[in-house]
This record gives sequence, structure tokens and C-alpha cells, in this order.
Amino acid sequence: MRRAGPVLLNPGGGVWIPEASRPSVLGEVLLRTARNGGSQSGGNLPISEQDSPERTCAIMSSQKRVKDSQAQKSTSQVSNSYQTNLLAGEEKEDLNDSKHSLKHGQDNPAEDYGHADDQGEDALQIAMRYFEKGPVKTSQSKDKILEKHLKTVENVAWNNGLAPEGIDVLLNVALSGKFGSAVNTRILKCMIPTTLISEDSVVKAVSWLCVGKCSGSTKVLFYRWLVAMFDFIDHKDQINLLYGFFFASLQDDALCPYVCHLLYLLTKKENVKPFRVRKLLDLQTKMGMQPHLQALLSLYKFFAPTLISVSLPARKKIYFKNSENLWKTALFAVRQRNHGPPPEPLKLMLDPAQVRPVKRKWNSYSVIPALNSSSCSKECGKKGMTLSDYLSSNRSFPLEQLKSFPQLLQNIHCLELPSQMGAVLNNSLLLHYINCVKDESILLRLYHWLSQTLQEECIWYKMNNYEHGKEFTNFLDTIIRAECFLQEGFYSCETFLYKSLPLWDGFCCRSQFLQLVSWIPFSNFSEMKPLVFDHLGQLFFTSTIYFKCSVFQSLKELLQNWLLWLSTDIHMKPMMNSPLETTLGGSMNSVSELIHYVGWLSTTAMRLENNSTFLLHFILDFYGKVCDIYINYNLPLVVLFPPGIFYSALLSLDSSILNQLCYIMHRYRNNLTAAKKNELVQKTKSEFNFSSKTYQEFNHYLTAMVGCLWTSKPFQKGLYINPEVLEKAGIAEYKNSLNLVHHPALLSYAVSFLLQEWPEGRTVNMSSIRGKKWNWYLDYLFSEGLQGLKLFIKSSIHHSSVP
Amino acid sequence: MDSYDTPESTPRHSASSRLKDYFIGATPLQKRLESVRKQTSFIPTPPRRKIPQCSQLQEDNDPQKVAFLLHKQWTLYSLTPLYKFSYTNLKEYSRLLSAFIAAEKQKGLAVEVGEDFNIKVTFSTLLGMKGTQRDPEAFLVQILSKSQLPSENREHKVLWTGWFCCIFGDSLLETVSEDFTCVPLFLANGAETNTAIVGTWFQKTFDCYFSPLAINAFNLSWMAAMWTACKMDQYMAATEFLWSVPCSPQSLDISYAIHPEDAKALWDSVHKTPGEVTQEEVDLFMDCLYSHFHRHFKIHLSATRLVRVSTAVASAHTDGKIKILCHKYLIGVLAYLTELAIFQID
Repeated sequence: MRRAGPVLLNPGGGVWIPEASRPSVLGEVLLRTARNGGSQSGGNLPISEQDSPERTCAIMSSQKRVKDSQAQKSTSQVSNSYQTNLLAGEEKEDLNDSKHSLKHGQDNPAEDYGHADDQGEDALQIAMRYFEKGPVKTSQSKDKILEKHLKTVENVAWNNGLAPEGIDVLLNVALSGKFGSAVNTRILKCMIPTTLISEDSVVKAVSWLCVGKCSGSTKVLFYRWLVAMFDFIDHKDQINLLYGFFFASLQDDALCPYVCHLLYLLTKKENVKPFRVRKLLDLQTKMGMQPHLQALLSLYKFFAPTLISVSLPARKKIYFKNSENLWKTALFAVRQRNHGPPPEPLKLMLDPAQVRPVKRKWNSYSVIPALNSSSCSKECGKKGMTLSDYLSSNRSFPLEQLKSFPQLLQNIHCLELPSQMGAVLNNSLLLHYINCVKDESILLRLYHWLSQTLQEECIWYKMNNYEHGKEFTNFLDTIIRAECFLQEGFYSCETFLYKSLPLWDGFCCRSQFLQLVSWIPFSNFSEMKPLVFDHLGQLFFTSTIYFKCSVFQSLKELLQNWLLWLSTDIHMKPMMNSPLETTLGGSMNSVSELIHYVGWLSTTAMRLENNSTFLLHFILDFYGKVCDIYINYNLPLVVLFPPGIFYSALLSLDSSILNQLCYIMHRYRNNLTAAKKNELVQKTKSEFNFSSKTYQEFNHYLTAMVGCLWTSKPFQKGLYINPEVLEKAGIAEYKNSLNLVHHPALLSYAVSFLLQEWPEGRTVNMSSIRGKKWNWYLDYLFSEGLQGLKLFIKSSIHHSSVP
Repeated sequence: MDSYDTPESTPRHSASSRLKDYFIGATPLQKRLESVRKQTSFIPTPPRRKIPQCSQLQEDNDPQKVAFLLHKQWTLYSLTPLYKFSYTNLKEYSRLLSAFIAAEKQKGLAVEVGEDFNIKVTFSTLLGMKGTQRDPEAFLVQILSKSQLPSENREHKVLWTGWFCCIFGDSLLETVSEDFTCVPLFLANGAETNTAIVGTWFQKTFDCYFSPLAINAFNLSWMAAMWTACKMDQYMAATEFLWSVPCSPQSLDISYAIHPEDAKALWDSVHKTPGEVTQEEVDLFMDCLYSHFHRHFKIHLSATRLVRVSTAVASAHTDGKIKILCHKYLIGVLAYLTELAIFQID
């Protein structure tokens, strides 16, 4: 397109252009075509329009042709009439070969734009009057005048479109048979509205069809025109009254496809009558399987499923020939003129979801059923329906039309539900709906469908049929997407986990399966443990480190989901009385059991994986959530990590682990301080006071950390190492060997700190980092991104204790 | 569920209500979930069952229809509850289903509902086919062919038959609301393509789900024991077991036929609790058969797979095919099959 642009701008100054204004106008028009092309390729328009570069080329070449031919003639003789004649000649050629008609349409605007000025307008009025009155019989130059006026109309129509009145007049002319068939064709072809077409004109035109003055081909063209311009007709109520007339025209074999198309656009629910259904079926038996009839029948079925049964062939099909073709560019221009973004192309095909490939099982064509309104089952009891039922069913909003959230809000009280509830999985609007709906039966329908489908599709649950693994994976992905969207797990998935987890190999669909685990709805942990976690544990201990990491990841998400759930629900209302755990304490118990379980799992995993840093990272990630429960979720629970994790992290060789640990300790401190404060404020709520054991535990960890990082007095209490062992290891002075400088994870920082600050120093003397240097070293560490350490030191260490 | 009525009800809030309902186990959904939990955490089948008693059929049954169900091979399916199914609309369903079948048979053509096709579909209830009064009525669907001859007394040939029933389905009935009809057991006889079309129509119309119901060896043993335990006036068929040995290139089948009276005698020798069958008794019964076989042929049948059990009461295949032979124990057989179907849809 870009290349076409400048080339097109250039023809200015060509010999044949008389007015000074022309080049720029011409440039504008052509540029518009070019731009149209550009926007089309990017957007909503049918793909077939992407051939616009070629079209622009066609314009260029015709331009040249005109220029050349004119150059051969006298350059001075430039008059409108001459041009018209010349072009008229071309026009006739085009008409002879009807295949060129499309090109003809597009050639026009570029060539004759000049007529669209005031002068052209006047000529149009004259032409209109001419057509209105009818041809003057005496005139010898009848053809010439007619030609001239036709030309005028065509030019204006293709450039600016015609006003409703103009269309009214010309439609009258074209269909009344005043002129010959060729003229009628030309007139119909240029019936392009400026903005809209008045409904009355169409009704009048249709009435001419009854008189029988126009030929078959004119009728066909008229119907094609009507279909193409359907969107521009201002009202359709009157036209709909003519439904019976159009329907009767179906009998004409030549008209049938176009009338079908028109009816397809026109049909409302009340137009679907048993006698029409019968007529259509007769036609079908007579003419065989015609796509246009099928389309109309499917529409009828959509409106009245009890009257008709249709099953569509499995392949995708276009139902109507494109009647728009003749007017494609013009239509686009009209849409542009009517402002607003170009509307989406008319939906000529049925919902692609309905046309599915034949699947292996009879049970379903695709795993998730297509979205269909449940009108069928509703209308089954038709005989027993009262008037009010009819009225209310008329008011209900068909699902197929639900496209936006505002629509959902407006029609939420009268939404038709899908006939198969499983279809909601693919529709986010309906997911919104079922999330707030009170109807238990909706959830039950979804529950039953989802449970059975999971069970049937699951490739290892029943027959170990791994052939359709991809399909099952996609299905699980869809479910997980829906769960994330709702921020809520499905109970069906939970029962599916119960049933299938014992048979899972830990490999198939791993990521999906573990995500399902993280969406298990909140429940009593001790009840769930034998159903889920015992089975998961067996796989956990026998699988690779990567599997272990993913399990921790999904347990972290599970914890997070549970906490979010509890934090939004518990604080809304005091829990109701019930035999099961409904108290806050009971819920907290369940959460703390989960955390303790993960603690046990992680300690064992660390031993199995030789204190892998990678694994530890995932474990600490989990505790990153745990340490903040009190503050972030406003839930009265603080659970510390087990010693196996704490000491592994504290003595890790990896600085990022140490940093993470510092951050978690910092957050624990904040949470515990906040809890303590609250306890002091409201002494009444004693139920959730943390036991002093938690504080003791924390203080114990804190002392160990400060000892290891700051005071170089690690493990003062509760740890005894045989001095002989230390001597053997060559670290008899171990007590001074653990602080921010000598810690194995930070040693390299200390070295680079010294090298950076005193590059000339010959030896690196670690113990020289003390006093002022210590503070510089701290700043250095913080600047290296150890933010967790920074927070920990700021909150937990009084600066007076600088060694 | 009073929390729903509070004015500040929001989507989030409704979720919270669900959470509370969860704790209480109040809603049908929760009851469902609880029953699943119980089933998965303990032994999947109760350790004891009643021996089928004769003449459990309710009195108002139609003997002709019942006779029609016997001596035919049925393929078993489990079926989730039907949504908005109504027994008063059976005529309408016949009309719709026959149009649907006609349309499916001539893909791409539309057909008028109620038009005269060369097939006919009938829906009819099977009166009295229930275990308790709470069980929904069983019903029968048939596809009949119409002969083209205009003769008055033209006979409709039955092309396909399927029936839906629920015998002692209390555990399922408790967990659904009144919009649903629970007929968890579906039995079909006829071309698989017809089953597919009918099933598809039911799935689309009543938002239900059909799955083939296979019977594993564990349940086949139970059937063998329970059916052997049934008192018979006279035995019309031998008791026969079929084991499959997985070996290549062809699997090897071992058939083991016993005189039904011998089987009964064996059962009586292992049976203790009157009127009931326990898991230990089932195991003992099968073990006796195994050891007898081993004594003669030195083959450990316990290492192979039981695939078929035939008795005078009924015969069942692991593929989910069943043939009921004895009118007296029809309900008893169906009750166990209903139990298996409910277990599958849980």
C-alpha cells in the first residue's frame, strides 16, 4: 500500500486535467481507496477485500489508459461531454462482459470524480426529472440523452450516493419497465444510498414486482440489491409485513436463493408458521439439499425447535452466494459515510461451533457441548402453556445473542440457560452468571456433567487410553481457566481428584493436575488428607525434584486460595451453628494442619534431595505466604517453619536463600507484633491468642539468626558439638566464623567489597571489616539487592550492637 | 440458605453462602459431595447386601411388558439425573425424538416435527417397576419401523428398545432437587447407532450424561454369589463362569460350568447370615471354586480375570451386557445394577 500511495499522488499536471483543483481531489479520492484497503486488511472486513492493492493498480492503469488515449487526441479539447462519451463507450464494453462489472464499478469513481461538484448536482437534478417524466418520444437523440443522464446518475451514485428521494424515483423507473432491461440493470446497479434508504421506496418497488412488468433478471438483481442494502433501509416493519409475498416468491427457481437470503435476514419468531415449515420442506424434497434452504430451515428451527428437526452436514458451509459483490466498494463507502466503525460483515454462516467434526464417540461431538438455548425442553409442554407462559417466553433473552457484559446485566432476570450446562465453561459471561445465580439446579447440572465428562475423558482413569491425551489436556486447561476466572474451584474437580489421584502416574497432564489440586475448595484438612494428600505424598517422595517443586508451588496456591476464601467469608458474618466445623477456630485448624503437613513434607524432601537450593527456594516461597497470614488476610494464625527448613536456609550457601529467610523472619516479626498489639487492645477475644510457644519458637530462631549474622555467637544454647570434631575440621574458632562477613553465603560479597574499596590491598583481610567498615559493608550488601537482609537488620537488630 | 435473602447479597457473598452450605452439608450438591467422600475413603461397596427376594415387583405391573424385557441382551449405561423431564410429556417426546432420529438419519435434510416417517418412536411407562414408592417410574423407549403396506393390521417391527429405571435409588434421590428425575440405569437393545442418536437427544434435551457401565470382576463375583443364593423352583440354565487369561497372540478363555444345584449346595455351605450376603461369603464362595478348579487342572483362576457370570437368574458380562432370565428376581438384579450405576455417576 505504501508504495502505491506516492505513485498515486503524482498524476497531477497530466495533460487531460483542466481544472486546477483536480490533482489534489483526485489524489484524495485515490488515497481514500488506498486507506480503505489498509484498514480492511487489519480489521473486520471480509478477507476477500484484501486484494485492494491490485484494485488500486487497476485504477492506476485505467488512469493511464485515459491519459494516453486523450493524449493522442487534441490536448486542448477537453469537455465534459467528450469525456462522458469516451467513458460511455467503455461502459458498454463492460456491460457486454458482465464479469467485468465489478471492475467497472471501481473504475468509475476515480475517473469521473469531477462530476461530483455543483455542476454535477445540477445535472443530476435534470437527469432525475428526465427519468421521472419518462423518455420524450419525439426526440431523435433519445439514446444519447438517456445515456447522458444515466451517466450523470451513475457518477453521482458511485461517488456520493443518492438521496432517499432519488432512490425512490429511480427504483420506480427501474421496476416499472419504462426503459429496456439493460437500462434497468444499470439503474439498479447504481442504487447506492448516501446514508439510508427509505422503507417506503422498497415497499413501492416490491409492489411493482407484482405487476409483472420487469424481467426475471431485473427481479433477481432487485433481490440481490435488497439483500446487499438491507442494513441501510431505515425501518423494516413494513417490509416484514410483506413476508408472505416474499415467501411466495420462493417458488420461482431463479429467485429462490436470493429470496431465501432476504427471508433469512427478515425472519422474526412470529414469521415461523407450521404451514411455512411444510412449504419449505416440500421445496427441499423438490430441489434437494440446497444450502440456502438449509440456512432458512436452521433459522426456523432456531425460532421453533418443536416444529422442525434439522441436522447439519459435518462440513462447514457457506449458505448464501455473496449478493454484496456488485456493490462491495460502494457499501463500504456508505458505511464509512454513516460514521462509526465499519460494522462486522453480515453473519452468513451458522455458528461454526454447531458444525463439528464427527467424533469417535456418540456421546459428544466435542468434549464441551455447544451453546444452545434450552427453548426445546421448555416448549415441550407446549399444550399446557398458558398465555402468560408465552409472554414470558417471548421476553426471555436468547443466549446466542449474549455478547457483552452490559447485555448480561440488562437481561440477567430473563436469560435463557443453555440446554447443556457444560457449555458455560467456554463462555465467560455465563460464568459470571452462574457465579451469582441462586439456582441450585444449575450447579447440580454442571456438577453432574463435569464429573461424568472428567471421568469419561480421563485417559488413565478407565482404559488407559492415551490416544486422546491432547484433548484431555485441553479440557483440563479450559476447566482451570474457568476456575481462575471464578476464583473458585468446582466440586466436580474435587471428586474427580479423589477418584483419579490413586491411579495417576504423576506424569500425565502434571501441570493441569497439580493446578486442580490448588483449586480444591476449602474443607476439613484431616478429612481430605487420606483422599488427596496421602496419594499425592506417595508420588511426591518417589518423583524427581522438579515434581517436588511443582507440588510445593501448587500447595502454595492452594493455601493462598483457602486464605482468600476465608478472609472474605469469615469476616462477613459470624459462622452459623452446625455440626461440622463452622467456627473460625475450626477453619484455622484446617489451615494450620495444611501448613504443618507441608512442613513435614518439606523437611523430608530436603533430606531426600540433599538440601537442594532449588527445592529450598520453592519451600521458602510457601512460607512467604505463611508468615503473612495475620496481616495480609486478617486471620488469626501464625505458624512458624520447622527447624529442618530454618537451619537449612540459615546455613545455605546461597545468598538469595538467606535473603529470602531474612525477609520471612522480618514478616513473622511484624505479624507477631501486630498480633500481640491486638491482644493487648482487646482482651476479650482470648480464643485466638497465640500460645506463648509460638513466640518462644520465634525468639529462638531470631536469636540463632542474630548470632549467626551479627554477633558471631551462634548456637549459644541447645547445641553441643564435640570440640574434637571441630579441631579435626580446622575450625576450632567456629564461634567467630559466623557473621555477615564469614557466612558462607556472603563470603564472596565480603571479598568483592574489599577488592572494590581497596583495590590496591595485597591481601584480603576479612576480619578487617569492623567498625565503620562494617557499616560500609552493610550498605554494600544492601546495594547488591539483599533487601530482605536489610529489612531484617533494620527491624531486628539494634544498632548499638555493632561488633 | 437464608443468607441468600440478605439485602447485601453480592456474587462474592453467594459464594460465601455456598461455603457455609458446605459446612452444613445442606444443599443437594453438598450431600452429593459428602457421599462421594464417604465412598472414596472407605471400601467402595458395603460389605453386605440382601439376597434378592422374589416377587418384589409392584402389583400393577404389565406382565407382557415385563416378559418383553426378559431373555434379551441389554447393554448397560449409567445416566446422570434428567433435568426437567416430565412424565406428562411422553407423547410430545415421542414426536420430537422421532423427528430428531429422522433428521439424523438423513444428514443435511430438515424434517418437520410430527411428519409421517417410516419410523415411529414410542415412550411408555413400565408400571410397577420400582423398588420403593419413592423410586421414579421406569419408562421404555422404542423405535418401530412402519411397513409401507397400507394394510390395516400392519405390524410394527421393533428396531430398537431402551429403558430407564431406578430401583432402590434412595442414595441418589436424596442428593438432587425436584427439577431432576433420577433414572440412573439405562438398558439398550438394538443397533448402537440408534442408541447413539437417542442418547444424544436425551443429553441435549435433559442435560444428562450417558456413560457405558462396565462391570468389574469384583462386582461379577458379587453377582455370582447373590444369584446363586436365589431360590429357584427349577433351574433352566447351568451356572457358568468365564475367565480370561491375557496371553498373546490370542487371549485364552476358560469356561467353568457347574450344575446349578451343586453351586447352590456350595453356597449353602459357605452361607451363614440368613437373607444376607457378606463380603467374606462372596470371597469364600469364589475361593472354593478356585481351589476345586486348581485341584483338577492345576490352574490358579485367581490369577486370571473373571469376565462373565451366567446363572439361572441372569447372566452378566464385564463389558456391561446383561441378560435377565428369571422373572422372579428381575427387581433384585436391577437393584444391584442401579447401585453400580449410582456409584459410577457419583
